[in-house]
Amino acid sequence: MGGRETDVVLLDENGIRSDGRKVNETRKVTIKVGVLKNADGSAYIEFGGNKILAGVFGPRDVHPKHMSNPDTGILRVRYHMEPFSVSERKNPAPSRREIEISKVLKEALEPAVILEKFPRTAIDVYLEVLQADGGTRCAALDAASVALADAGIPMRDMVCSCAAGKAADALILDVNNEEDQAGQADMPIGYMPNLGKITLLQLDGVLTTDEFKKCIELGIEGCKQVYEIQKNALREKYFSSGDNN
Amino acid sequence: MKKLESKKRYVLPGDFITTAPLRLQDNVVLEGKRVISTTIGLSDVSADSVRVISLNGIYMPKIDDLVIGTIQSIFGNSWFADINSCYQGMLLGQDVFGRGSYPTTSEMKERLDKGDIIFARIANSDRQREPLISIADKNLGKIDSGELIKIPPTKIPRLIGKHGSMIQTIEASTNATITVGQNGFIVVSCDETNGLLKALAAIRMIDEQAHLVDLTDKVKKMLEFNGV
Repeated sequence: MGGRETDVVLLDENGIRSDGRKVNETRKVTIKVGVLKNADGSAYIEFGGNKILAGVFGPRDVHPKHMSNPDTGILRVRYHMEPFSVSERKNPAPSRREIEISKVLKEALEPAVILEKFPRTAIDVYLEVLQADGGTRCAALDAASVALADAGIPMRDMVCSCAAGKAADALILDVNNEEDQAGQADMPIGYMPNLGKITLLQLDGVLTTDEFKKCIELGIEGCKQVYEIQKNALREKYFSSGDNN
Repeated sequence: MKKLESKKRYVLPGDFITTAPLRLQDNVVLEGKRVISTTIGLSDVSADSVRVISLNGIYMPKIDDLVIGTIQSIFGNSWFADINSCYQGMLLGQDVFGRGSYPTTSEMKERLDKGDIIFARIANSDRQREPLISIADKNLGKIDSGELIKIPPTKIPRLIGKHGSMIQTIEASTNATITVGQNGFIVVSCDETNGLLKALAAIRMIDEQAHLVDLTDKVKKMLEFNGV
C-alpha cells in the first residue's frame, strides 16, 4: 500500500492488469457449501488465489457465561491465517491485524443476522485462511455469509463483499495482492444486495471525493457479481434436485 | 404476478417474496413493505398469511410441541434434558412428584437418571428462561425401550406425512412402534430385529431423500423389497 516501488506493470497501455484482467473484472470465484461434516454450516471459497474455509456453529451455549446477553444472541467471529497461507511462515498466534479483521467482519455480519431470536446463546463463525492472495477479508466475509445461511441461521439478507481500489491512477475492481502492495488505494466493501445497505467499508490509501464515490459504485457492482455466485452455490446444495424458480 | 406469488418457490435469505399485506408466519420479516425470507426454504403464500418452510436449522421450542429428550443433569429441584435445541428443557421435580413436594436428589435419580429418555410436552417457552417441559400427561413420561435416532427437525413433517400416512406405512409393514418428537429425536421399538432394522432404514431413507417427490411410494417399495 502507499505506492511502493515495484517491477510489476499494474496497468498496461491496453488497460489490462498484471494478472490479465480488465479494470472492472473480478477474479474467478468459486464457492462450495457444506464442506465440513462437524460444523452446523460451512463453506469453502476460492477467490482468485485466496482459499478460505468457513465453519459456523450455533446457536449454542455461551462460554464463558458472563459474555451471554439475556436480550439477544451474540455473534463471535474468528479470522485466522494459517502459518502456510503466506510465502513466509506466519506466526499462528492471533496478530493485531487478525484481531482487527475479526472485529470488522463481526460488525459486517451483525446487521444481517437476526440474533434477537436466540437470547443467551452464541453463534460462532470460524474463518481459516488456507492461502492468501490479497482481499482475504472480502473473501472471508463472502464465505461466512454462505456458511451462516447453510447453518440455517435466520438472516435479513446475505452479505456479499468485494474490494475496489486504485492502482496506476485507474479505479480497479477486486484488488489483488500486487495491486494492494503497490497500488494507491484499497477499499473493501461489504454489501447487503437486497436491502441495498453497506455493512463494511474500509479505505487504505488516498482517493479524491469523486474517486471515492465511483469506487463505491464499482465495488457494489463487484459485490453483486459475487452475490450471484453465492446464490448459485446455495441453490446447488439445496435445490439441485428440481428447480421451480 | 398473482399466480406466481401463490406458488411455492425456492427462496434464500434476503429473497423478496411478496408485497401483499399478509400475516407474517415463520421465517419471514418485513422490510418496508416487502416481505423477505430469512432462511433457505420454500415460500408459501396462502390467502391470508405468508411463511417460508425452512430446509435447515435447529429446533426452537414451541409451546405444546411433543418432544423426546435425554436427561443431562439434575440440578436443585429440576432435571435438565437435551431436546436438540440451543436451550435445555427444564423438567421440574414438582411436575413428577406433585405440587409442594421437595424430593431429594436421590429420590429424583431413582425416578429419572442421567441418560434416561423421556417423551415430554413443551409446557412453557419464553425468552427469559429455559423452556419448561412436562411429563404429566397421558402417554408422556419415561421411554423404557427402543432405539433413539436423530434426524433434522425440519424433516419431521416429511416423516409423518400427510395425515400421518408415511409413519403409518412404516409402522404397519414393520410392526414397530415409532415415537416421534417434533425436535428431531425419534424412538423406534419393535420386538423383531428385522422389523426394527427395516424401520430404521426407512427413517434414514426419508432423512436422505426428504426433498424428493413420491417419497411414500419409494418407502413402500423399499419396505416390500426387504420383506421378500
